[in-house]
Amino acid sequence: MYPSNLKYAESHEWARMENDMVTVGITDYAVKELTDLTYLELPRAGEVLLAGDAFGVIESVKATSDLYVPVSGQVIEVNAALPGNLDILSEDPYVKGWMVKLRASNLAAEVSSLLSAEEYRQRVEAKS
Amino acid sequence: MRYPRPEPLIFELSRPGRRAVTLPASDPVLKPVEECLPAGLLRSEAPDLPEVGQLDLVRHFVRLSQMNMSVDTHFYPLGSCTMKYNPKVNDWAASLPGNARVHPYEPDEAVQGVLALLHRLEHMLAEISGLAAVSLQPAAGAHGEFLGLLLLRAYHDHHHPGQVRSDILIPDSAHGTNPASATLCGFRAVQVRSNADGYVDLGDLAGKVGSQTAGMMMTNPNTLGLFDRNVLQAAKLVHEAGGLLYMDGANFNAIIGQCRPADFGIDVMHFNLHKTFSTPHGGGGPGAGPVGVCRALVPFLPVPRIRCEGDRYRLDFDEPLSVGRVRSFLGNYGILVRAYAYIRMHGPDGLRRISENAVLNANYIRARLQDFYELPYRQPCMHECVFSADRQKKRGVRALEIAKRLLDLGFHAPTIYFPLIVHEALMIEPTETESRETLDRFIEAMIRIARDAEENPAVFEDLPREMPVGRLDEVKAARELLLCWRT
Repeated sequence: MYPSNLKYAESHEWARMENDMVTVGITDYAVKELTDLTYLELPRAGEVLLAGDAFGVIESVKATSDLYVPVSGQVIEVNAALPGNLDILSEDPYVKGWMVKLRASNLAAEVSSLLSAEEYRQRVEAKS
Repeated sequence: MRYPRPEPLIFELSRPGRRAVTLPASDPVLKPVEECLPAGLLRSEAPDLPEVGQLDLVRHFVRLSQMNMSVDTHFYPLGSCTMKYNPKVNDWAASLPGNARVHPYEPDEAVQGVLALLHRLEHMLAEISGLAAVSLQPAAGAHGEFLGLLLLRAYHDHHHPGQVRSDILIPDSAHGTNPASATLCGFRAVQVRSNADGYVDLGDLAGKVGSQTAGMMMTNPNTLGLFDRNVLQAAKLVHEAGGLLYMDGANFNAIIGQCRPADFGIDVMHFNLHKTFSTPHGGGGPGAGPVGVCRALVPFLPVPRIRCEGDRYRLDFDEPLSVGRVRSFLGNYGILVRAYAYIRMHGPDGLRRISENAVLNANYIRARLQDFYELPYRQPCMHECVFSADRQKKRGVRALEIAKRLLDLGFHAPTIYFPLIVHEALMIEPTETESRETLDRFIEAMIRIARDAEENPAVFEDLPREMPVGRLDEVKAARELLLCWRT
């Protein structure tokens, strides 16, 4: 449910690191908590964000939530197909459901504040 | 009465040639419309409007209205929305000819009574809040927020030219309108965490406040139904940084007559007249969100201001620092009349009893349901209490199913999934206008639901069953919004 090769933020985003390229999405837990998704807004490529900045908005029949980047960097690519087909997020949140790719600017310092899959799983289970 | 079939759309009732009203032929001979309007503005075909006789028209809309739940038909404990009863005498006052038939372009001298009423209402709201002056222009709570933030910006631009004060601090328990208003006004909304007791986390606030802070928006009591005991320290931190403190007055009915926001450090606030002051709500009519300000913000209030000189009233447009108009004419006048009637009817002692009973009713529900539903913040509440359906969710019954089941049991559902910081939130606001018997019936329904969740979760499938329509497809409605009739 929480792939061990990813890092996680308490606000339920995941990050996949490949050198300084970081792919970001939201976890299976977040998708299930939001229930039926209705709307997703993603940033434009080129935006420069600091760790913790909102990069988009996701809306469900239950709530509207900001999406936060787990690390600082510049948006290189956006999954343009995703807002038009939100079912992808329920089916495959970790691969096809990726949201943005960032070129990280401060990865070495920031990565330590992210959670491992096991740490994230424990936090989530404590909640539910 | 059950609903025998879904009510057809008005378009489906249409038959060619039927009319609800037939106008007599015009006495004077009129010029043909082709001679009055240029060809480019004329349509070649008649619009595709429904054609329905008057009786069919009346029955259609009466039947639709009977499918609604409303405060006049059902207990309506919608947390954060204050669905209190709207006294009918308010409507009588608003429909008096001097109020209902006045024309917005009449000169000041011809509408002295209107100006007197508005001037008195401004002063009453100022007295109740402890603030220096009030603008009645904003047409709703969020409009009031927007004006409040415009005033904040005007204040900083005037007193601190050249400084960049970009941030509005907003607790994570806030109404969604707060960050939306801040963003719309060009500020950056910065979230402040709540602590374990549900109050503003002062450590988090201290780390986020600074020379970039334009102000902070607080809702007090907050959306957890708790009076924020940290408000004085929060005000001190914001004021020391040169910022101003805004209060979202959505929950003012919990403290009206007990304390004045100005005394706990508020510089600017809005009042939701459609909540605390019993004017119609939501689809029931236009809102009104007057804004009260401290002395330092008075010069920036919208024009026109209403001036009283001896026994005469006039509109004053001569305020060079004013942010300008935010609403045509004098605001939603009919609503302002209703709020005025409500305040006059209650007087100071009556207003105090409103908050006492609102708080008593909410605590009665909290105390009687706390063994059946989880209560994340356990201290006594103000005008509303927030439960979590986490215990029921483990049995497969979410807050959503509880809400749908309540509909079938004859109650409007409470607010669910808000505030966001409570998991599976059920936010219940009974208001002061409900009797003990009504509260008991609601409590018994909630207890029955909690028992069913343990013993008989099957009753929660396919809800609601007793409503005019079954479960609506909210996802399809949001993703494929279709509002046009097509044959």
